[in-house]
Formats: sequence, structure tokens, C-alpha cells
Amino acid sequence: MTPKDIRAAFIEDLTSVAPDIDPDLLDDDEHLQDDLGLDSMDFLNLVSALHKRFGLPIPEADYPELATTAQAVRYLGKAPAG
Amino acid sequence: MAKTDIIKKASLPDPAGLSTGWQAARTRLQGLQGGGLNIAHEALDRHVAAGHGDQPALIWLGKDGARLVQSYADLAADAARFANALRAHGIHPGERLFLLSGRVPELYAATLGALKAGVVVSPLFAAFGPEPVRARMEIGAASVLVTTAQHYKRKVAPWRDQMPGLKLVLIIGDDAPEGCVALGPAMTKASDRFETEATDPEDMALLHFTSGTTGLPKGVVHVHQAVVAHSETGRLALDLRPGDIYWCTADPGWVTGMSYGIIAPLCNRVTLVVDEAEFDLQRWYSILEREAVQVWYTAPTAIRMMMRAGTEAAKGHDFSALRFLASVGEPLNSECVLWGQQVFGLPFHDNWWQSETGGIMIANTAAMDIKPGAMGKPLPGIEAGIVQVEGAHVTELPDGEIGELALRPGWPSMMRAYLGQPERYAKVFKGGWYLTGDLAMRDTDGYFWFVGRADDLIKSAGHLIGPFEVESALIEHEAVAEAAVIGVPDETAGEVVKAFVTLKAGFEPGEELERELRGHARKKLGPAVAPREIVFRDSLPRTRSGKIMRRLLRARELGLPEGDLSTLEEDAK
Repeated sequence: MTPKDIRAAFIEDLTSVAPDIDPDLLDDDEHLQDDLGLDSMDFLNLVSALHKRFGLPIPEADYPELATTAQAVRYLGKAPAG
Repeated sequence: MAKTDIIKKASLPDPAGLSTGWQAARTRLQGLQGGGLNIAHEALDRHVAAGHGDQPALIWLGKDGARLVQSYADLAADAARFANALRAHGIHPGERLFLLSGRVPELYAATLGALKAGVVVSPLFAAFGPEPVRARMEIGAASVLVTTAQHYKRKVAPWRDQMPGLKLVLIIGDDAPEGCVALGPAMTKASDRFETEATDPEDMALLHFTSGTTGLPKGVVHVHQAVVAHSETGRLALDLRPGDIYWCTADPGWVTGMSYGIIAPLCNRVTLVVDEAEFDLQRWYSILEREAVQVWYTAPTAIRMMMRAGTEAAKGHDFSALRFLASVGEPLNSECVLWGQQVFGLPFHDNWWQSETGGIMIANTAAMDIKPGAMGKPLPGIEAGIVQVEGAHVTELPDGEIGELALRPGWPSMMRAYLGQPERYAKVFKGGWYLTGDLAMRDTDGYFWFVGRADDLIKSAGHLIGPFEVESALIEHEAVAEAAVIGVPDETAGEVVKAFVTLKAGFEPGEELERELRGHARKKLGPAVAPREIVFRDSLPRTRSGKIMRRLLRARELGLPEGDLSTLEEDAK
């Protein structure tokens, strides 16, 4: 997957968990919780959706690496393509 | 009942060797000259006057890594500045101030400053959307709001002109949008001395909102005298001792974060740790270690999130400063209690209370053996029972039977009213009991066990959510004809909100519409209250009188017995 594909897949999962987010207005450096308003439960649901889609384990210790869209795309890019 | 073994403790005397009872608790506070009682005085000024002004009151940890320490003297001075700023803008005792912000130092100074000025404080959860904010501010007749520019623009500005009673909006920081006042300069200008308003013990101090099954949220009124219970239960149930380092992870936007995140700990002269950030596993472990937290009060959802990461994630941290762990918000399963022992070498102590009780009523205290999974025993001065209510008759049930948890009225932090709704208030007192709405059971050792809610309220991540408020937001969407909202079990949050909707003619169910409806609800209500799942139905079960039967939806969803269906409309069976 190219970073572009990963981003598209990430945004699909993000807006599925939080459909109040408009993907066209999304800034990749916005913090998912502080700026986009995800709460802890949303975040867990997002991680679980990403885990399913990309087929990679995302341990709790790595959660800070998913703080923004840009960071998450980098993190998911390190995984074997799903 | 859980089969887990009881966690035995060596018999410990009350640490301070103090007598218990509300009268004795009152004498441990100072009061104001002339018989007044004011929460802010007990929380701050009393300690400063007694020579503890240099002790840290607040250790604030910013999201970006900042660390700010405010002493009791600093916080008392900021509270006085805030009180002066209120007076300078014509705000009088008895008026109501609402708080809508994340955990920033200004929130603490504003809370205590308002109380000092005799102004009633009503906290709002910063993750609320515009509708819950507006509904609560209208019911509470807000005259002051303390918030940030971001929250203001998104959640208040669009309807502010419809609320002429809102005289003053203070914006945290140095700049403010039009029609608002920047708090920073207002505080700088103000004097750090303010004579505490001589509030009567029965004057309104706090207004907490709690959800109802029908109708709008209820404003739960607490008075300054509640401080007697805050202070005493902090000592008895949380084992707070002067000088302790204490971390309450609850947000002050909820009742726990106000009673036990601000008032009880300061009255017991402990040092508060406040983390601005949301839950983050490694950050939390680091805070416990680095700040040498001694007493930690958290919630089952957070504990379960930590448990997901396993015990490995906690390795390498030094938690030796910890002395007492407590949890509140929903039943703490025995696995969580025991996990505390594995990771921290200490069990979690569950306790129980609600907005209406103002303070902890039932607890596993430091001196008690813990029964993992039980909420504990009533604190001294609290009489609790399990009752059955039939019409006007209330009968106490024997040990081992499930019924409604009830308390004998009369403790200092008992609610004094549901604001403007005397009939709803009267309904919860019957036969000499306050009826809590929770179902529970008492065992033969006197421990209470939570069973569930007696009504349709949903308990998600420790917060009580009223289905009516969620349903109302959903039916505002053009596609929705009717909506019913229930709680469904969730491993982490206890329960999550699920909605069933029927659509108006011309709208088709589908994934796209499901997302749109969830998005709509999140914008109106915020993520904590909005449904996590919405399903479409052709019809919803109703009683013959037209009321949607949430109970039946829930029973069907969970595969529970459907109970009495005699009032169900024929075609819905």
C-alpha cells in the first residue's frame, strides 16, 4: 500500500468511528483526541478497526504513535500491507 | 456473588483516631465568624491561615509536558482574584456560574473563587456537544460562563442571543471574542484579597446535572454544608491524610471530579495531581511513579483499559509510593480488584455514590476486608437498606434479596432539590427513604452488591446517560421518525449507547444514513453521550398508551426474559 492508500483507509475507519468529522476539512496534523474530539472509547474502536483492516497487532504502548493522521499513516506504513 | 476470596486486612484503627459522625466532622472544619460556612474557606483559606500556605495544593501536568505547581497560598490568591473579577462585573452571591473547559489551572481557581464569592458553581463536561450545554445552562439559569474561545464559538455563540440572562462570559487566556471578557487580564487587574462571602450552611453552592429517563436533565442542588460530608468521606473512604499526594482521574465536569477532584482533597489538605491529557497508558504509569502518588482514585473503565495492555506494560515502574487505590462510577469486577494487587501490590477499593448523594455513601474502606466485586458497606453516619416499593409503600427486604438501594435522608451532602422540579424531587423520597434508582443486594456480612439500574438510565464509562436526551437529538434529524435508546454491555465501558430508529417515508436505511445519524448525534451531543451504534427498525415496541418500551428492546437485544407484556400494543408482539 502506498501512503496515499493507507491514508484513505485510515480516514475511512476514522470517519466510521467518528462520522462527525468531515474528511475534506481534515488537517493531517490535528490531534485525534484534542482537536478532532475523539474520546477514549472512540480511540479504542478506531484501533480495533485498524487492527482488523491492516491485520497487525497495535499494542497499547504504541497508541501515542497514532495521535494524528500523519503519525498514524507513518505507523501503519511500517506494517506489512494488509 | 463473586466466588473470589475476601481480601483480608490487618485490623487497622481509624488512622487519625478521630471520632466519627457528622457533628464531629463539622467540628473538624472551621466555619466563618458569625456561623457561616463556605466551601472555599475550608478548602483553602483555613490552611493558609494555619501556616500551610507553602504546601503545594495543585501539581498541574500539561498535555505538552509542562508542570506547574501552585501552593495553597497561590491558589487562595487566585481564587480571591477570580472572586474580585466576578464582583467587578456585577455578579452577586446566589447567581450561577457554569464551567466548560478542559483541566486547566484556571478551572480550579474559578471554582474556588466563585464559591468564595457565594456564586453557585455548575460544572459541564468539556466533551459535551452544544445541546447538552445549552439545556443545562437554560435549566440552571446561568449568568456566568467560564470557558475557552474554542468551546464558546462552537457550543455557545450560536444561541447566546437567545439567553439574555447570561451576563458574563469569561474566556480563559488573554484574548476574548466579541461580547466576552478575557480572564487573564481580568485576573491580573484584580486584588488577591477578598473577604469570603458569609454563606449560610444551607445556601446553594453546587449545581450538578444528572440525566433523567424522561424529560430534561435534572439540576441537583447542593449547599455549602455538603463540605462536611466531602471532607469527612474523603478521609474515611479515600484515606486522605494531610500532606498526601493524591490523584483523582475524574474530570471536574462530572460530580466525582468536583467533590473528590477538588473539594474533598483540598479540605483534607492534600496535594492534587491534575493531568490535562486524556487516558494514555504509559503517561499514567509515569505520573504515578514520578509524582509519587500516594492515593489514587480512578474508574473501572480506566482500569480495564490498563488491564488490556497486560501486566508487562507496568513493568519497570516504581509504584512504591502508592498507599491506597479506590474506584468509582460502576461496579468494579473482581478481576480489576485483583489486578490492582498484581500490578501495584494493592487492591482497588470500590465505592458507591451518585450526584444526588453528593458524596461517597458506601465503600470498601482502608480498614475493611475487601470483598472483590462488592461496593462495600455504608460509611459511618449512613444508613442504607434494600427496599421494595409498591405504590406509596416501602418495605425493607431481607439480606440476600435484590431490591432498590435506599438511604435514610439527613447526611450533609444530600441534595436539597432538583432545581425547579419539586414534584420530581418529592418522588424520590418515600416511606422515610431516599430511593436511589439502583438495584442492589446486601449480603449477610453487610456488604452491598450492585445489580443494575431500576430505570432506563445508561451507565457508560461511569457516566449516567439519559435515553431521552439522546432520542431527542436523533429525532431532530430529518430522516428519523422515532428513536429509542438503550445501553448494551461493553467490555471496557460497562455499557455503551445503542439507538433504534424508524425512518420517515422517503428515507432508506443503509450504512451511509447510519453514519450520517451518528455524525449528527455526535455534533449535537458530543462523543460521550451520542450512540456508538444505530440500527434501523420498521417499528418500535410501544405500550398501548404510546410509550416506547425501552425495557423490551433491551431484553430482546440481550436475550433476557421479556417480562410483563400486558401493556404492549398488539401488533408489536
